[in-house]
Amino acid sequence: MLTRTDIATPTSLPAEKPVVQLDGVTKRFGEAIALHEAWLKIVPGEFMTLLGPSGCGKTTLLNLIAGFLDADGGEIFIDGILVTETPAHKREIGIVFQNYALFPHMTVANNIAYGLKTRGIGADEIKRRVDEALALVKLDGFGDRKPRQLSGGQQQRVALARALVIRPKVLLLDEPFSALDKNLRASMQIELKEIQQRLGVTTIFVTHDQGEALSMSDRIAVMSAGRIRQIAAPQDIYRRPQDRFVASFIGDANVLKGKLSAVTDAVAQVTVGSLSVEVPAAPLAGLAAGADVDLFVRPEHLVPVDGDGGPAAPSLAGTVRTQVFQGGHVDLYIDLGEHAAQPVLLRSSAALAPSKWQTGDVVRVRPVSADLVAFPKQDG
Amino acid sequence: MPFSMRKSPLALAGILLVAIILGFVMLPAIVVTITAFNDKAILAFPPQSYSWRWFARALSYGDFQKGFWNGLIVTAWASTIALIVGSGFALALHRYAFSLKSTLEAVLLSPLVIPHFTIGLGLLILSAQLTVGRGFPLVVLAHVILVLPFVLRSVFISLQNLDGRLELAASSLGASPRRVLFTVTLPLLVPGLVSGWLFAAILSFNEFTATLFVSNQATQTLPVAMYNYVREYADPTLAALSVIYIVVTALLLTLANLFFGLGKILNVDAH
Repeated sequence: MLTRTDIATPTSLPAEKPVVQLDGVTKRFGEAIALHEAWLKIVPGEFMTLLGPSGCGKTTLLNLIAGFLDADGGEIFIDGILVTETPAHKREIGIVFQNYALFPHMTVANNIAYGLKTRGIGADEIKRRVDEALALVKLDGFGDRKPRQLSGGQQQRVALARALVIRPKVLLLDEPFSALDKNLRASMQIELKEIQQRLGVTTIFVTHDQGEALSMSDRIAVMSAGRIRQIAAPQDIYRRPQDRFVASFIGDANVLKGKLSAVTDAVAQVTVGSLSVEVPAAPLAGLAAGADVDLFVRPEHLVPVDGDGGPAAPSLAGTVRTQVFQGGHVDLYIDLGEHAAQPVLLRSSAALAPSKWQTGDVVRVRPVSADLVAFPKQDG
Repeated sequence: MPFSMRKSPLALAGILLVAIILGFVMLPAIVVTITAFNDKAILAFPPQSYSWRWFARALSYGDFQKGFWNGLIVTAWASTIALIVGSGFALALHRYAFSLKSTLEAVLLSPLVIPHFTIGLGLLILSAQLTVGRGFPLVVLAHVILVLPFVLRSVFISLQNLDGRLELAASSLGASPRRVLFTVTLPLLVPGLVSGWLFAAILSFNEFTATLFVSNQATQTLPVAMYNYVREYADPTLAALSVIYIVVTALLLTLANLFFGLGKILNVDAH
């Protein structure tokens, strides 16, 4: 069971003073609870991602940190200072919006200089820092252009430069890549990550794209329905999801119908047919032996058992339903009959699959991983 | 590839229909223009002989000159006051939720449905009751009331087209609400403000009905002076004045289009 203390003090958290700290922050819109008691600590230089489907509360959380919304409960600290009541313009935060929100009536240089002018910095210093910021995002010489004369990727760089030039305590990124095409997105992700690491700026990144989250983050906070479900490093989120939502939202997962056979403090035994596997006991707390559970197996953790190898290892029999050629690999969908409600997905190398298995063939599969998890059976 | 109209009988009939409709639209202007050049002191069509003399009279007639300047004074004041007041109300209506908001909106837009003579008559009775003279302030007040809804709408639409995230971005960069207003909000509203002012100015300069009630000999605007003229004389002076009106307006709009782009001024373009 996930408790408040688990979320507030995840084991992977370094013992540094947090740059951003949320203590039970709650936000309501009328009757609806947009954010339910969020507890979060972000350490200096960290790249923290808020990941979840639309409407999960991640943007609300970002807006609360930025000061664009007022919290209905809880406290927000930035750099150890209580800012719950502080207006946005006094929080010293840099933000990059999805549509970049560049000032259309100002040149690129004036966009970047805007935050410096509000701070009353001298003209020479402003010019020096604007040039520096332009160089940082590789837009030297673009200072005199208007935003509409730039491509989407260039506009994004300007937005990033504008947010970073004020040396913010925290950099907030609200789905900054979703308006870019796929190729540009990948290169901007790498570039952003490089800049972030070079400057060591603490960053909070909001996205619904799990690929982005897994590849860029130091830690990910997975959110759903206004709650933070799990906060952990990307590998831990993927390998050891703490709840069912996280397990099914991040990556692909096959769900097998299993039975809880034995529970100890840390480890539980789950059986599926003739298979018996070990899973973490925590998500199954409260269940007695014999209870129905759902066993989550990643596609890459499911392997075919070779017929010639003999039935030495226990396995499950299934029928090949479909093969989908994906270029580098082939997706095999295998009907496991009573052991799974949906055909399970297995990835096989492209060179091997099409000739080895035909639709309708019987294959035996088994999970091979230490990273299996099970959750109480869900109806429907 | 553009759709090509073939010269079928149906297509020709269509072209003819459009030509007739356009002809009807232009007809009054054409008749007035030709009449303006009539040599005789009668409003007759078509004229027997031609002359420029009514243009000279239109430009030199004292009441018209006075009316023109009066109109400019009233228009400048009324449009500017309406712009300031209307922008304030538009901002309030757009940004804040408060009780009686819809009532306020209805009241502010009511001059659209209240006849101009009602507004003129009402102000006339009121001014008589309060023994306020029928000076410029009264005429300006009447015009402000009449043009306010147009300014309000124009500014309101510009506000709706304004991306709120620009203001959020500005405040995150350290700008106080006041600074956001003057460096981001207002500069981006300029096309809406200009178009609102222009609408107001055109309406105000041409307004006749309400002005007839609230103006006197000293404050009468050009349309009222024209009305008074036509009650006494029936020569083509008014036709000549109309032609001047048309030419000057067309010239102004062409210039506006040249410098700002008409779409922007009339707020047709959202961005």
